[in-house]
Amino acid sequence: MDDKVKKTKTNGHPPNGKAKDSSRGLSGEALWNAQFESTPKRPGAIDRTISDHPLKPLYGPEDLAGIDHDRDLGYPGEYPYTRGIHPTMYRGRLWTMRQFAGFGTAQQTNERFHFLLAQGQTGLSVAFDMPALMGYDSDHPRALGEVGKCGVAIATLQDMQDLMSGIDLGRISTSMTINCTAPVALALYIVTAESQGVPQDKLSGTLQADMLKEYIAQKEWIYPPEPSMRIITDMMSYCARHVPKWNTISISGYHIREAGSTAAQELAFTLAVGFAYVEAGIAAGMDVDEFAPRLSFFFNAHSDFFEEIAKYRAARRIWARHMRERYKAKNPRSWTMRFHTQTAGCSATAQQAQNNIMRVAFQALGAVLGGTQSLHTNSLDEVLALPTEENAQIALRTQQIIAYETGAANVIDPLGGSYFVEKLTSEMEAAAEEYFERIAEFGGVIPAIHAGFFQKEIADASYRYQREIENGERIIVGVNDFVQEEAESISLLNIDRAVELEQCRRVQAFRASRDGEAAQRALERLTDAARGDDNLMPHYLNCVRSKATLGEISEALVPVFGRYREPAVI
Amino acid sequence: MARPIRILVAKAGLDGHDRGAKVIAGALRDAGCEVIYTGLHQTPEQVVEAAIQEDVDGIGLSVLSGAHMTLFPRIKELLVKEGADDIVLFGGGTIPPEDVKPLLAAGVAGVFTPGTPMATIVDFVRRECGKRVGA
Repeated sequence: MDDKVKKTKTNGHPPNGKAKDSSRGLSGEALWNAQFESTPKRPGAIDRTISDHPLKPLYGPEDLAGIDHDRDLGYPGEYPYTRGIHPTMYRGRLWTMRQFAGFGTAQQTNERFHFLLAQGQTGLSVAFDMPALMGYDSDHPRALGEVGKCGVAIATLQDMQDLMSGIDLGRISTSMTINCTAPVALALYIVTAESQGVPQDKLSGTLQADMLKEYIAQKEWIYPPEPSMRIITDMMSYCARHVPKWNTISISGYHIREAGSTAAQELAFTLAVGFAYVEAGIAAGMDVDEFAPRLSFFFNAHSDFFEEIAKYRAARRIWARHMRERYKAKNPRSWTMRFHTQTAGCSATAQQAQNNIMRVAFQALGAVLGGTQSLHTNSLDEVLALPTEENAQIALRTQQIIAYETGAANVIDPLGGSYFVEKLTSEMEAAAEEYFERIAEFGGVIPAIHAGFFQKEIADASYRYQREIENGERIIVGVNDFVQEEAESISLLNIDRAVELEQCRRVQAFRASRDGEAAQRALERLTDAARGDDNLMPHYLNCVRSKATLGEISEALVPVFGRYREPAVI
Repeated sequence: MARPIRILVAKAGLDGHDRGAKVIAGALRDAGCEVIYTGLHQTPEQVVEAAIQEDVDGIGLSVLSGAHMTLFPRIKELLVKEGADDIVLFGGGTIPPEDVKPLLAAGVAGVFTPGTPMATIVDFVRRECGKRVGA
């Protein structure tokens, strides 16, 4: 495409030649080309996407050359699913409006859940605090200052029971954004459901449990990649048999993009990670169709509207092709990529924060036009703190406006066939395939992590982007142009220090009231199991039933698995 | 010619968001500073120990987990305790505007909230950390 742009520029017209001179005898595309070339352009007009992908000023029928309708697009619900995974898409049912929430204590977040459900939200999504995400109990010295801050504090079975109090786990689907401690969270959830009388085979929801992207981007870990992969395959295998409606992994590009990657990197790295889980599952002796239908994805909805839509469409096509052709999956459900989307936190600005409402609306519309299965819209204040109830409500209303007022949900894949969107979709796919080859040269995703490949690619992309903003090549409204003195300050959610003290007291009371020896024995059995090759999931459940805490369970595996240290790349 | 300014870019606590830290590290390096990066998940003690061992002129701390009101004052306290209070402590992250004043009052020399241009931070480092180089 780059060549094509250059060719049009060297058509022989003098750059400032008059249109009527240079267009003599021309018609159609050539005439337009001549007129375009000879007309002055707006200063600051951009010929690249936000990800630095080159763009032509116009796309036409020639851009569809090489794209075969049946082979590359097909119909919705039909291989390769470019146009959507369901035959009916939003005519059948709307996407799930799933707002991520969690802060303070379990009771506080439980109140927010009830509020969101009462506002018409259709699924739950739990944000955990840093100690829970990293495997520390709330009263651990390393948890100091972090308890309940960027999510809800969960350390014990009591915490999970309080979090889900009054919510029927047999009816609601719950997404839990948690990774290195995902098996503990799942065990807490299963045992909490049991205490409500709901058996595990009735539970539906999603665990993020995508450890590979942690090493690549989000950087929350306990153990090194290799034992983390074992934990994940154990969960996949356990859930396939016992929790069949559970999505065991949500393979996440979101954090890769937030860390500063381009759209193509987000797409390529996420899918490469997805393939790594497929290969790990097969290597662990499972049939690909046994676990692949429960793999789901999670993408970022960034600001470059068409690039994002092309990214989602390409993602479905790539996944379908690799699953069918390369991994020989036979079940169409293994070919279909289901994904959640969240608007880009990194695109929100602290300056004129109300403008974030508009950013979120456009990003969310892109996700819907790209065929997402569920969506979180960020609140305008998330660049500074966790959202207030009022701001969380505006974010949810944004989705409802898209669903019920804009008409975006009425026609399936409405941008399908657009010269531009189809071309960009193909280009995104090609860019991803190039990255797959580079990753293969390292010997796969884990060796590439150890070599710092992803980390360096992302850091370079984010530095380039930041420099473009600094030197004014890229305008961010309210940040480097259209700046104004901040008149109003927005009111923010403040997590009181009292939350930390209260939560520490709760954890200590929980430990004091249990049979400590039983908990200890369960932890020892987990450690022993890790030395062998038993599935660890029943041992996690046993620990939770014996009232071991999240921190204790996480720590019990360190003697066997070790702790991960990142090679610090800058 | 004066030696280059040495800066420790630090991530403390459990927060893994290192995009900002890396961008700042790159900008300071391009501006001629010597930059040492602690890597992730450091305790305040580890940050201060590294700062003293590396004899840096400033510590740039990045916190996006909401733990800034604990981590900044703790690092400042340790610097004072170790007699290394001449090391300039500054930083940024997802810090609400109302927390800036208390942090400055606790001895943090500069607090940079989201959207701050890199150039502003580079100027700050040249001005404030440069004093220690000249001394």
